[in-house]
Formats: sequence, C-alpha cells, structure tokens
Amino acid sequence: MGELSRIWRESEHRYRLMGNRCGNCNRVFFPIRAVCPHCHRESIGKMKPMELSGRGEIVSFTIVHDTPPSFVRQRPYALALIKLDEGPVLTGQIVDAENDSIEMGKRVRSVFRKIGEDGKSGIIQYGYKFVLE
Amino acid sequence: MLSENVFVIGAGETKYGELWEKSLRDLAVEAGLKAIENAGIYSRDVQILYGSNSLAGIINGQENIGSLIADFSGIASGNIPAVRIEASSASGGAAVREAYLAIKSGEYDVAVVGGVEKMTDIFGNEVLDMMSSLLDREWEAFFGATPAALAAISARKYMKDFNVKKEALAMMSVNDHANASLNPNSHFKNKITLDQALNATSVAEPLNLMDCSPVTDGASAIVLASESYLKKNKLNGMRILASAISQDYLALHSRDSIYTLDSTRIAADEAFKRSGLKREDMSFVELHDSYSIYGLMELEDLGFAKKGEADKLVEEDIKLGGRLPVNPSGGLKAKGNPLGATGVGQFVEAFLQLKGKADKRQVKDARYGLLQNMAGTGSTSVVHIVGGD
Repeated sequence: MGELSRIWRESEHRYRLMGNRCGNCNRVFFPIRAVCPHCHRESIGKMKPMELSGRGEIVSFTIVHDTPPSFVRQRPYALALIKLDEGPVLTGQIVDAENDSIEMGKRVRSVFRKIGEDGKSGIIQYGYKFVLE
Repeated sequence: MLSENVFVIGAGETKYGELWEKSLRDLAVEAGLKAIENAGIYSRDVQILYGSNSLAGIINGQENIGSLIADFSGIASGNIPAVRIEASSASGGAAVREAYLAIKSGEYDVAVVGGVEKMTDIFGNEVLDMMSSLLDREWEAFFGATPAALAAISARKYMKDFNVKKEALAMMSVNDHANASLNPNSHFKNKITLDQALNATSVAEPLNLMDCSPVTDGASAIVLASESYLKKNKLNGMRILASAISQDYLALHSRDSIYTLDSTRIAADEAFKRSGLKREDMSFVELHDSYSIYGLMELEDLGFAKKGEADKLVEEDIKLGGRLPVNPSGGLKAKGNPLGATGVGQFVEAFLQLKGKADKRQVKDARYGLLQNMAGTGSTSVVHIVGGD
C-alpha cells in the first residue's frame, strides 16, 4: 500500500536517517519537525537538518506474530524502539539476529534494507532496519 | 455565562460481535432508534446528531457517516445538523464530549451520539493494516508496527522495570471475560481461566490473543439533554459531572515514557478537579483496555494505583464485588472493541449501572462511574465522570 509520491517524499529521511536539530534548545528530532515542540515559535527558522549516526540501543522490543498482509513473509519479526545516540527514539525492525538474542539495552546500528513492496509489480519500499552490534 | 447541566436520558446498543448479517447502517440505525425509544422522546425532538466512527472510510468505503446515520434513522427530513467525530478508537468519548459541550453552551437541548464500527467486512488480516492507520503510518506502521506490537513493547519494559508478572496482565482479561459472561450484548460470553489467558497463541510477544481486544462489529448510542429540557418534560437521567480530553504525541516513540499515558493522566486529573469528586468515590470504572497492559497502565494514570503497582488491584479489587469494579460491561477484551462505538458503549453501560438495570452484572449501590476512552497507544484520552443525584 502507499502511493509513489508518499514513499518518495520520505526517502531522504528513511535512506539517510535525516533528522533535524532545534537551534534554540539543541534537541534533535527524528523524523524532522517544522517546529520544536519545546521551543515553539522561538524555533521557527532555526530547525537545522542533521544526519544521524544510526547507532543506539534497544529501549524495548517485541516479536510480532500477527502481521498485516505486507509483512506476512517476514513473520515472526522483531520490532523495537531504538534510542539513537543523538537522542531521538524511533521504531524499526531488528534483523540478522536470532530472536532470543535480542535484549533491552543492547547496542544496535542501522542498515539500509527493503521494507516492503506494493504487490508483485508495485514499487519496492526501502528504509532502515537495525542489526545488533 | 450560560452553562447548562448535561444529562444522558437514554441509551441503546446492538449486540457486539461478528455480525455478518448486518451492515454499517443497520447497526447505527438499530442503536440510535433504541436510544431514542429508551429516552422516551421522538426523533423529531433531536436537535443535533454526532456520529462517531473510526475506520468506515477504509473498511467500508463509506465516509459522511453523520448524514448516513441521520438519513436512515429517519431524521433527515428534520434537516438537523449531523456530523461525524473522529479521534480513532477515542471517537466515541470525543463525540460524547462534543455533544456535552453543545448542550452546556446552551445552543442545543437534545443531542444524539451514535457510535458505530463495521469491521468484519474485510477478510483476514487486511483489517490489521487498516487498524494500524491509527498509528503514525509513515514512522511506525510503515516499519511493521501494529497496535498490538506497540502495546507489547510497552508491556515488556513495564514488566521488567516494575518486576510485574505476566499473570497480572492476564488477570485483566480474566476479569473482562467473567463480566462479559453476564452481559447479553457482549462479543464473548465465555469465562476464561488464568491458564487459558497465559497460554493462548502469541500475537506480539509478550502479548497473546487473550491480551488483545477482538475485531468487533457493533453500535452504541445515547441521548443527551439539558437540565432545563429534563425539567420541562419531567424526565430524569444520568448526569455528566465532568468531561475532559487530552492529547499526547501520536507516535509511541516520541513520548518520554512508554508506559505512562500522559493524555489519560491529565484528562483524569482535570475530570476529578471539575467534578469535585475523589478517586475513592467511584463505584466502578470502564477502562479502554484494548490490550491488557493498558488496563494496568490506565489504573495507574487515572490515579487508582501508583506507577508499577496496579498489579496489587487485580486479584480482588477489580472484580464485580470488589473495592473498585473494573469494566462491569466486559471491557474491550470481552464486551468487544468496535472502535467508534467503544466509547459510547461505556456510557450505555454506565447508564444501566447507575439506573440499577445492569441485571446480573449490577455493581451494588452504584453511584458514580468513571469512563476512560483512548486512541491507539494513548495519543488521545477522554475521561468522563458520571452519576450522582
């Protein structure tokens, strides 16, 4: 599911982990925000793009068994909240690891992977997943 | 400032469940007409209608729910306003709040809120993708997050940080099923044992099928009226003592804590402040326990237990005869969770409880009830306190 423009629009952020930083309070955001939720109008015009390292640790995770149709072939898969070293927390899959080797607090780094596709002849969607360090 | 007291004067609902033979409009109309009949008024007395629904656009291909309900309830000829309120699985509570404000302001005297969801018109797990639209599609669901998966992520950390056993989560579901077995409208009529709750098929570890609310069809409706209308027409009803709504970040990963529901905490504090009542005044609570872990988190964020300590309530307190009966209706796990109807259904239950008409699941001497309705992983919470004289 998903129209081409919707997938394309977010590609820079998904491919390169592009976030941004508030020039007023220095907090880092991913995905990017037009306005800092802490500084409000003081942040306008001061949100600067910033590439994130993709390194961080597992806040918590689950092994997903009941999945939407587009993820059926991947099940069961590990899905985690990852706290990046720069501060933001994001949601992503953990791959290339036995599910029982995944633990809260373990270090991970991002990798560029296929996320899904729009049926057999539809567009392929790419983005980040994570591997244990 | 004009400020009317607001009452619920009638309530009605369909059975909840997999209702293959009934359509979206069938359900909405059935519940709406039951509520109007129950209120003892006529359709022509209704001045505004709020439809609450979450996913009809993608599940049923039907938007414009306000008009649909008004039309087939037979009130289109009255040309009254009819709109849909959407706040995901908190649509119902949010719609009741809009009706409450409309009456409180003095603009209207009689409003109907009709909540409906027809979820089984879609095959298999396609509906799971649609339900994931209540998350952040681009930054959660795109990567494989589902509502259950995010609840599971909260559950794992909660259980570890507070050393809470899985049994405590399971007890929430056992309680829901026990109460639902006494509710003729509930999706599930069977009781479950702790063993069954702990050993069901895994959905998203550590949560299994018995931790998750089902995919439910159903509709619930209530009629609200101003105090002056009640007096003029010699009616009585259940007073809405406080109504509060609060918001949080859409995505779970944007919040400071993944097991604190700030939207629920803030709405609850506001509702208690406005009602002048205390936690211990509540005769029962209806929680939005779409996943068992949320039941525990909500008891804490509503102020009935300290963070990480709701497990102390699950053995005895939450039962029908306990100190704080939780989900006498059967809750989202067992009465069912027809998203847009769920929050309105909580009012239907409260109305029965406070009128003493809840039959076998009647909470003894019920005087005040708290109703908490929530969107997704907690992005919106609506808290109402009802009852009194």
